Formats: sequence, structure tokens, C-alpha cells
Amino acid sequence: MADPTLAAGPVDPALAAGANDLLPTERGLTARTRWALRAWWLTAAMWTRAIMSYRASFVLMLAANLVVTFLDFVVVILMFRHTDQLGGWTLAELGFLYGTSGFALGMANLLVGSVDGLGERIRAGTLDTMLIRPAPALAQVCAERFSLRRLGRPAQAIAVLAWSLTALDVSWTWDRALLVPVLLVCGTAIFAAIFVGFAALQFWWGEAKEIQNAFTYGGATVLHYPPTVFAKELVAGTVFGIPLAFVNWLPALHILDRPDPLGLPAAFQYASPLAAVLALVAAGLAWRAGLRAYRGTGS
Amino acid sequence: MALIELDDVRRTFTVRAKVGRLKREKREVRAVDGLSFTVQAGECVGYIGPNGAGKSTTIKMLTGILVPSGGRLRVAGVDPARERVALARRIGVVFGQRTTLWWDLPLRDSYELARRIYRIPERRYRTNLERCVELLDLGALLDTPVRQLSLGQRMRGDLAAALLHDPRVLYLDEPTIGLDVVSKSRVRDFLREVNRDRGTTVLLTTHDLTDIEQLCDRVMVIDHGRVVYDGGLDGLHAAGESERTLVVDLAEARPPIEVAGARVVKVEGPRQWLAFPAQQSAAPIVAAVADRYPMVDLSVREPAIEDVIARMYAEVAIG
Repeated sequence: MADPTLAAGPVDPALAAGANDLLPTERGLTARTRWALRAWWLTAAMWTRAIMSYRASFVLMLAANLVVTFLDFVVVILMFRHTDQLGGWTLAELGFLYGTSGFALGMANLLVGSVDGLGERIRAGTLDTMLIRPAPALAQVCAERFSLRRLGRPAQAIAVLAWSLTALDVSWTWDRALLVPVLLVCGTAIFAAIFVGFAALQFWWGEAKEIQNAFTYGGATVLHYPPTVFAKELVAGTVFGIPLAFVNWLPALHILDRPDPLGLPAAFQYASPLAAVLALVAAGLAWRAGLRAYRGTGS
Repeated sequence: MALIELDDVRRTFTVRAKVGRLKREKREVRAVDGLSFTVQAGECVGYIGPNGAGKSTTIKMLTGILVPSGGRLRVAGVDPARERVALARRIGVVFGQRTTLWWDLPLRDSYELARRIYRIPERRYRTNLERCVELLDLGALLDTPVRQLSLGQRMRGDLAAALLHDPRVLYLDEPTIGLDVVSKSRVRDFLREVNRDRGTTVLLTTHDLTDIEQLCDRVMVIDHGRVVYDGGLDGLHAAGESERTLVVDLAEARPPIEVAGARVVKVEGPRQWLAFPAQQSAAPIVAAVADRYPMVDLSVREPAIEDVIARMYAEVAIG
């Protein structure tokens, strides 16, 4: 593509401004997704390198994180010193719920948790500096301040899950075994969608972070316990509203061979991938609408 | 070829103000109100105006951050609102008030990350980085995290970051704000060099008119979202009806001098200040004064560009 602006002025062409600006722009859904993931990866890798230069501090923080999250499950164990069952579920079964919910939340927090600082970025004007870079703003916001320190929670959750899997009295069929990794991935995706979707509210309302916390950290705590201890309305809300039930409750019913307190069709117990996709799409649309409102399109 | 083109660009903001206890009133504020101008490749343009005139809004539209409410806008061949990412590769932006670098990362890492995100070819990147490091004297700072840099150092770091990907247009939003004299002159030298040797088009907003005097061959004055002056610095004097001042020391204190073509603006003992239009020659006034009054000494003062612009803002505010 010949461009007359390149020829302007007494300029050495090898040093001319604009020599590098004709790189293709990513088009199409797959190319754009790859490109967004690349931007996320580059930023996260850079933060990891920066943090690893203070290795001792990193190790201490990770250890502290592990201890704190471990104490979290001790509370559940102590509860079972006074009772054998909670809502009809055993300690090993609670361990399964705890491990899956903790892992999904922890991984989502690791991957996209930084998005909750959006309101702060808007106030400080640092979102603008992201919008002038050739990378998706969402990928940049999510990867900013990426820290492997946040691995503490999912690591502890995996340990609890591993223990519960050995302690559970389950007849393992292939579909039950397959559901475990599937629900871990889908649960992570659902929590990631909740992080992003509710963070997008901060485009309109700076204080929306509290709502987000209620559904992420609050939601994960609810999922530590069996659905039978909660009111049916709440459980229905996590199926048909914010799809938290698909993180672990519904697939757990199948894996642990428990009756559904809502009496929903069995298909729901396999529907986590569908719920995850829908949640991600909804979160993506919310983000896009928010960014459009911020930039001033459409209105 | 025009590198920046604006045709009747508008941008309104809806402001919600509380009226009474529950009622909220919506009000439209026109930040930019029918802006039209073009900037040719290789120009260095100063974009000035009082606070709230619409300068930052314009810069944000030119960088693709904000979408115009109306009008046509093109920068380096693309529509900034619709092709933000293609535009990002063609422009460099420096905000004086906040850094575009990664706050906790050392400069070197920030640059390296920029290289990958902008996909700058390796050789090109090294050439550009070496050049910036040399011209901006960044060598000793490369391993320092941005948060530990002084304002002047950070600004130099930001300038380098904005130029690593060979942008065609460089926007600078108050690049010398808060800098000391030495840092200011270093930034100006660098910008002059970039504009001359690379042909990078520069558009800068500033409150420091020395920036304009030393860098820009063209000034645009904007107020209430409209261009009120567009031209050279010399023309600004004429447009602003600027005045030169004749300072006369008389032999003794006297009532204000009466002379055609000038008016007394200040009297202090035997010294009197007479203002007259900048384009007019001082000679006939000096002659007329000397003819009628015993004069000890005299001097002529050129108008300060600050005063010219201050007067221009005031006029716009009244009119």
C-alpha cells in the first residue's frame, strides 16, 4: 500500500514515522480471541517476572495465603465434631463441594480477578492509557497486577478436593469421573464471567464492586455447603439467575448420587458447559455495553 | 496529505445534577462544539485554551478513547472511533498528568512489553530504543521501576515509550507540566528532534507558552469547544490586538501625557507607561513625546504572549 504521508519532509525513510503502522488488524472471532489471550498472557508474564524478582517476599506471601485458606476449612471440620451430617451431607461430601467451589473461585480470581479495580482505573484515568494500546482493554485490565500469589486458594482447594475424593463412598462410573474436571473448568469460567459481568457495572456506577464481591466471594461460600441447607428460592436463583448452581451443586448431585431438592430434570446436572458459555457471553456483552457507554457510543 | 482531519466534530456530555431532594435534572454540556481543522504530515501544532475549553476532550477523540457525538474525524487514514486498535499502532500519546507506563515495572520491562503488544520488529525496536535512550539520557534509569522515577525522569520515560513503535502522530497533553527548567528544555529539544528528523507530526496542549514559542510553527486557540484562532505565532499578536508598551522616564512627575496613537496605562512618579498597537511603529510616538516633554530615558516592551492569549480568552468570554 503506497502512502504519500510517508514521503513527507526531509526524512530518512528508514527512520520515518509510520514505518511500522500497516500491520494487519485482527478480524474475526477466533483471531480476536487469540489476540486477546496473547495480550493477557504477555501482561501476566511481565508481572510474574517483576514479582519474582522479590522471590523471598513471594514465597512468604504464598505461604501466608495457604495458611489462612487452610484455616478456612478447619472451621468446617470443627463443625463436624458436633454432628455427622449437615443438611444430610457427610464431611467428605462437603469437602467435595468446598474443594470444587474454592478451586473455581480461586482460579477465576487468579485469571481475571484484577478486573474488580475497574472503577479505580476509571477514576484515576488509567483505563484511558489502556485504550490507547493496540490490545483489548478487557485483557489488559484482567492481567494487570497478575500475581501467582493468588494460587494459594486454588492449591488449598485442590488438596481438600483430593482428600474428599479418597474419602467419598462413590461408585465411579466414567461419566461421574469425567464430570469432575468438566465442572472445575466450567466453574472457573462461571466465576470469571461473574467477575467480569459485575465489574462492567462499574462503568456506570463506581461503587458496584460490593455487588461483585457478594456474588463471587459470597457465592463461593454458599457453594461450600449443600443446597439442602438453603431455602428453595435461593437455590432456584442460582439455577435460573446467577448460574452459581452449575459451578458444583448440580453436577455434584449426579456425582454423589443425591436427589435434587428442586426436582429438576437430570439434564441440568450435565448442563454446566452450556451455563458457562451463556454466562461468558452475557459477561462479554455487559463489558461491551459498559465500554461503549464509557467511550460515548450509542447513546 | 492531511494526517489529522476534523470536520464539524461535536461532543456533548450529559450531566445529571440533583435538583431538590429526589429530582434529577439532565443537562447537555457541549465540550466540543463544531470543531473543524486539518493538520498536515510533519507539522508541529500547539493546541491551547483555558481550562475546560475542550482540549482534553479533543485529544481523547483523536486517540479513539472517546467517540464523537457528531461530525467526521480521521487520523492517519483511519476513523479513531471505529478502528481504535489500528489507530493505536499509528499514534503515540503522552499524558503529562499520568503515565502510560506500567507503574510497578522497571522501564526496561515496560518497553519490552510494549514491543510485544505493538509487535514492533526486533531490529526496529532496538534502533528506536537506543536512539531514545541516548537522546533522553535514560541509560541509568532503565532498571528503575516507574514509581521510583522523578517527574522529569518519568516524562522522559513516557516520551520514549510513545515513540518506540514509530507513530506518525504524537499527541502530548501538557508534556511539561510540573517539570523544572532543565527538564523542560530537554523535553523540548527531544520533541524538536523527533519532529524534524522523523517527520513525526506533533500536536501538543500546554499552559506553558514557552513550549509553543520554541516548538510550534502553528497555534490553535480553542475556547468553548471552538477554534478561535488558527495560525502562526506572529498572527496571534495581531488577532489578539496586542499592544507594545513605551516606558518613559520624565525629568519630574507630571500628569499623564497626552499624545495621539497611545494611551497612558500607568503612572509612577516621573515614570509613565504608554500602550500602543503592536503593529504600529514606536518612532512617531517617541518623537511626539520628546517634542513636548523633558525626557530622561525610554524603553519599548514587546507584548508577552501570555497577555495576548489572556486577552483573547477574556474577549471570547465576553462575546
